Amino acid sequence: MKKFLAQSYLWLLLLILYSPIVIIAIFSFTEAKVMGNWSGLSFRLYSNLFNGQISNSLVRAVENTLSIGILSAIFSTILGSIAAVGIHNLRGWKKKSITLLNDIPMLNPDIITGISLFILFVAVGARQGYITVLLAHISFCTPYVVLSVMPKIRQMNPNTYEAALDLGATPSQALRKVILPQIRPGMISGFILAFTLSIDDFAVTLFTKGNQGLETLSTYIYADARKGGLTPELRPLMTIIFLTVLFLLVIINIRNSRLTKK
Amino acid sequence: MTIKRSTWALPYMVFLLLFVALPLVMIAVYAFTDPGGGLSFKNFIKFANTPEDVHTFVYSIEVALITTVLCLLLGYPAAWILSRSDLNRSSVTVILFILPMWINMLVRTLATVALFDFLKLPLGEGALIFGMVYNFLPFMIYPIYNTLNKMDGSYVEAAQDLGAPPRKVFTKVVLPLSMPGVWSGVLMVFMPTISTFAVAELLTLNKVKLFGTTIQENINNGFWNYGSALALIMLVLIGITTLLSGEDNAREDETGGVI
Repeated sequence: MKKFLAQSYLWLLLLILYSPIVIIAIFSFTEAKVMGNWSGLSFRLYSNLFNGQISNSLVRAVENTLSIGILSAIFSTILGSIAAVGIHNLRGWKKKSITLLNDIPMLNPDIITGISLFILFVAVGARQGYITVLLAHISFCTPYVVLSVMPKIRQMNPNTYEAALDLGATPSQALRKVILPQIRPGMISGFILAFTLSIDDFAVTLFTKGNQGLETLSTYIYADARKGGLTPELRPLMTIIFLTVLFLLVIINIRNSRLTKK
Repeated sequence: MTIKRSTWALPYMVFLLLFVALPLVMIAVYAFTDPGGGLSFKNFIKFANTPEDVHTFVYSIEVALITTVLCLLLGYPAAWILSRSDLNRSSVTVILFILPMWINMLVRTLATVALFDFLKLPLGEGALIFGMVYNFLPFMIYPIYNTLNKMDGSYVEAAQDLGAPPRKVFTKVVLPLSMPGVWSGVLMVFMPTISTFAVAELLTLNKVKLFGTTIQENINNGFWNYGSALALIMLVLIGITTLLSGEDNAREDETGGVI
């Protein structure tokens, strides 16, 4: 009885947590302009989405979201992994100060990160657009890469690198053949995490995208919602995004539990 | 000639100084100067003399407090059930509770608007609180679940063996031991709630304004100095909250990996 009550409570909460998303998913299979009206089962919105029956600006927003996501994931993975090796070998106040700075983007609210970068770009007179958004994304993604790579470096036997050097490997060979394979799982988790964070971001992008018409999916949806009424094609798009994020997270979770079992 | 590996941290250090430290310094600089560039406290005086903004500030704190309390009341039992192997055996339910943390907040908010439209409920203050609780509940459940899960079960057994009734076991053993999780949950709900923007305007059809929106409007309209001062006020509020709840707990959970 107690177990039944406990389980019902959990599932009731989950029902509430997921109901809005389920409703969007359900209404992605009907054509009605306004969500909440059911005009019969239809896959029109999905085919519109994939046959280019949508506005160019939405297509560009999706492209920007993906390319910024991939680029910031690549750059922050490289920057973060190199930094993690370095931080691991630092001692004393240097290590403390860099770890503290690394924590700030994770603890800072989005709006503060966004405004502070906006003010910086304004102050140095940078033209805001694709590059500034990319820089901003790298700045809040890299700390998470550092955090996913650090544990792998800590587990590594420090002597293997020295051994490789003693056996005649050049430093770059030792890096590629010894260090890289051992920290690769952390780099991959960090990459996926950075990509998810980047495509998910709204606040920081809004403040750093400038006024040259650059939009990512989040800012497009925001502008669309402010105009009143969502473009119906956003329903299938949100459903797909939700499923993609779900898929990526399940992969990370499986990877993590497998790695911890090892 | 080999490079010392500790110098590998150098590029990132420069990057952090340029894109994390410097921007925060710039906020402070803008907050304490006038548009001409001279040192002044005008921005803070302006805030104190703008009743509308002070009211929005206080109102935002109220909304954040209500949201935090509701999340705690709803989330603690859920975290407790999830951590008990006799009440919940599957780890899938845990993942299901954590997943919404990773869905775009804007998408979740619009989904809430859709839900209210679908149920023919009016948008307004009720929708705002519901949307906030809906958005941030996972952030409360996760850290509490984490501490409860790591708790040494023998304390509870010892209390039971010594004759404590279930209620006493909970108030004297489980609750005190789970406080670090509660504090970081409170932090993880209160801080984003106080700083949201866009969410409130969408959920209330622009009827209700939160402090985040005030800051955004000022920045957008070119009042960078005043906007920075408001951002600094929010930053101080968040700093105080972090200090009060003990930042060590928060950090431990943050680095513990959210997924």
